[in-house]
Amino acid sequence: MRVKRKPVDMAEGDMTPMIDMTFQLIAFFMVLINFAQTEANDHVVLPNSQLVKPPEAPLEAPIILHVAADGRVYLGGDDYTAETLRLGLDRELAVIRGEGKTPADANVVIRGHKDCAAGEIQEIVRVCQDSKLVNFALRVKEDKS
Amino acid sequence: MKIRNPPAPEKSELNMTSMIDIVFLLLIFFVMTFKVVELEGDFSIKMPLAGTSNATIDPTDLPLELRLLADDTGNLAGMKLNDIQMGTGPEGFDKLRGTIVGQMASAGPIAEEAGEGPEVEIDTDYNLRYEYVIRAITAVSGYKDGDQVVKLIEKIKFAKPRR
Repeated sequence: MRVKRKPVDMAEGDMTPMIDMTFQLIAFFMVLINFAQTEANDHVVLPNSQLVKPPEAPLEAPIILHVAADGRVYLGGDDYTAETLRLGLDRELAVIRGEGKTPADANVVIRGHKDCAAGEIQEIVRVCQDSKLVNFALRVKEDKS
Repeated sequence: MKIRNPPAPEKSELNMTSMIDIVFLLLIFFVMTFKVVELEGDFSIKMPLAGTSNATIDPTDLPLELRLLADDTGNLAGMKLNDIQMGTGPEGFDKLRGTIVGQMASAGPIAEEAGEGPEVEIDTDYNLRYEYVIRAITAVSGYKDGDQVVKLIEKIKFAKPRR
């Protein structure tokens, strides 16, 4: 008897569960991604403290200074030393004055690396004080342990 | 005329390949840029340049002086509060906190308004690691009682840097 050859079906896996999972993963990462981490700097690892809480309201006229472990200060994309920081601060203060505010209204946020010399932070504070800045915020990581 | 074998209707299938490609690209992007959010907070310090105030200084209002000593590697070698040795390590910070609590208790209740209460001046060796300064500030600023934060000293300032 002659047997007719049947056409072979292409073996296709069911892709539906994989696509479902992939979409769920994308949704998970999209929800958790934080694009607002513009304040972070790769050169800085903050020290911890159990007492601090994330601020409820954003600081007025913030000037964010990132202080790396070697004492370099990063402000607005440029890096300075404690001696040259005055130039960067003058630029920031010009913007603040342009908004009708005074240096006393500004808040200097110091994000110091945990291993940088404390004297560098003191020098930075002194330079800021010379520029009539009075409000300082020492930023630290919240320690929940 | 009767047609015996009508052609089977073709299954219309969407081509998923390009969509899956893009979905995987998106997934890789999000996985690579994902970073666990670390909560941050501030120790707020109001520190005008010394000598701007015209007010006469009352000797009883002098700040507590916290001296932090460092060894050659930048680690904490000693801690003194008004020349009283506090030691180093976690016990040192606990002793510092205990001393501050004792002083606050003996001084009686303070006004709640901002600007009231004792002040501490931190005088640190230049090369001391900043981490220790934050631990000292934490110790003098307050402590955690369960979920509640009990505040101690809110006025903190730095002495002149020691080169």
